[in-house]
Amino acid sequence: MADKSTIERLKDQACEMRKNMLKLCHVGATHIGGDLSAADILTVLFHYAMKYDPKNPKWEGRDRFILSKGHAAGALYTSLAMAGYFELDYLFNNYRKLDSPFGEHPSDKVPGVEIPTGSLGHGLSISTGIALAARLNKKNHRVFALLGDGESQEGMVWEAAMAARHYKLGNLVAFIDRNGLSLDGETEKLMRLEPLADKWKAFGWNVMVIDGHSIEQIVNAIDNLPPVDSDTPTVIIAKTVKGKGVSCMENDVNWHAGSIDAALLEKCCAELDEARKRERGE
Amino acid sequence: MAQETFQLFKLIEKISAREVYGKKLAEIGSVDDRIVVLTADLMRSNKTIDFMKAHPERFFNTGIAEQNMMGIAAGLALEGKIPFVSTMATFATMRACEQVRTDICYPKLKVRIVATHGGLTTGAGPTHYGQEDMAIMRSLPNMTVIAPGDPNQIGKVIEASINWEGPMYIRIGRGGEPVVYKEDYAYQIGKSITVKEGKDITLIATGAIVFHALAAAEKLAKDGIQARVIDMHTIKPIDREAIIKAAKETGAIVTGEDHNIIGGLGTAVAEVLAEERISCKFKRLGIPDVFGVYGEPDDLYHKYGYDSEGIYSSAKSLLS
Repeated sequence: MADKSTIERLKDQACEMRKNMLKLCHVGATHIGGDLSAADILTVLFHYAMKYDPKNPKWEGRDRFILSKGHAAGALYTSLAMAGYFELDYLFNNYRKLDSPFGEHPSDKVPGVEIPTGSLGHGLSISTGIALAARLNKKNHRVFALLGDGESQEGMVWEAAMAARHYKLGNLVAFIDRNGLSLDGETEKLMRLEPLADKWKAFGWNVMVIDGHSIEQIVNAIDNLPPVDSDTPTVIIAKTVKGKGVSCMENDVNWHAGSIDAALLEKCCAELDEARKRERGE
Repeated sequence: MAQETFQLFKLIEKISAREVYGKKLAEIGSVDDRIVVLTADLMRSNKTIDFMKAHPERFFNTGIAEQNMMGIAAGLALEGKIPFVSTMATFATMRACEQVRTDICYPKLKVRIVATHGGLTTGAGPTHYGQEDMAIMRSLPNMTVIAPGDPNQIGKVIEASINWEGPMYIRIGRGGEPVVYKEDYAYQIGKSITVKEGKDITLIATGAIVFHALAAAEKLAKDGIQARVIDMHTIKPIDREAIIKAAKETGAIVTGEDHNIIGGLGTAVAEVLAEERISCKFKRLGIPDVFGVYGEPDDLYHKYGYDSEGIYSSAKSLLS
């Protein structure tokens, strides 16, 4: 288990990441609701769990990260910038511009992005292929994938779930950002996913269900992953809130995607800072 | 290359491109460990079973899940592997179309999709006909599209593919295609092969129809018409020079393909002619924009007018 100072550092970073996501949302439209729900998971992945070298994005020994919910590109870009792959200003100055590497869905022109994503349901199959290659090459890095819960309605996700277990890919870890909302509303009303954990268990995966906004629980899940050479892939169902941390956006499908003006940006960032101060007991 | 040898065939030797593919894959897999092979419950059909026996650790039968198979292939290619992915043309290009487009073509990954049962070769009905595959694959940026001109050519294509960048769609038939090439020859992706010289008309064909074009050329010769026959094995990037030269030198072109007349070889040739402002007599032969009926391939080719007789009579009426 990480020490208290590590946890506090991660919480600071998560707060900073949310503010950066909002700044990007002010530059141009992002899928801000799903960015914010994934912020804590991505913070722990990029600042605690994964090994990588931002100066050498193709370093062979790196852990691979695949953003299957590609519409959360803003979350990925800010994660990569804060991890040192490029400057935040480079992102803010180029987002959605003509010929920019940074668009509404990630392309592999962005350092640190393994493969373009955005069409839902694809990422777990790609991650399965990457994990298979690691096995063939006898390498011990992990492959982390982040899926949305809505995209779990895609059949391809379950084809990959079958395959990853069949190929005994214990080096594969899938997070599901279980914020309960997709564009048209509640996933459970749209097309029921529950009992989601039971489904993954039935597919033979190692299943964890956590609070996806508890840094402690996310860190704990990472600390308790089975060994890389185990036979069982892991899925971490992270219960989250769409728009988490910004009260006017929380649980509101109207903030699935959009942009914000300067006044709202200021208000949102102040709210985040205030909450973090309270959390610290300041 | 000795053109005459192709005109002298009497005995029709038929072999299966699938058999050639399976053997070649197992063979090159022994010298290049980047090669991995995936299929979706069709290894007995597409003969990737040969690779499975030789290199079981690099063979992945994904079950009947083509979309997942393409995604896994993308992941393997990202890590430096060269995946050969095989299923029937209809499933590779339609069931898994978006995965091929977005996960393989967009990041320009070195995946080789070797699709069997192209065109009407199954005779099994529209569910198993690959009659739109080349049109779909041709429209994907970064994709190279190939239909070998005879069953042995697949071996040469596979060899050439190892040093070709980006994704490839390689389309073969069901098996039992006639052999066109009786001796060895140089093969280059993107460079068509003139299998018979002629000055009066050019028959441009791809895949199994190259044989029928040659047979049509023989019949035309008896009528005093010297037909040039081009094996346009690469549909994309297409050999523009050969098309321009054929149009200028022979003034008439008939295209033949086991594919819908929309979007495949005929369309690709027409695009070149139009853009080069070349006016010549021109006829596309292929499936006439219908879902093919049941039947044996040769009977179907005859019904739709792109067997040797159909090509012969179209050539005659074009020149009359």
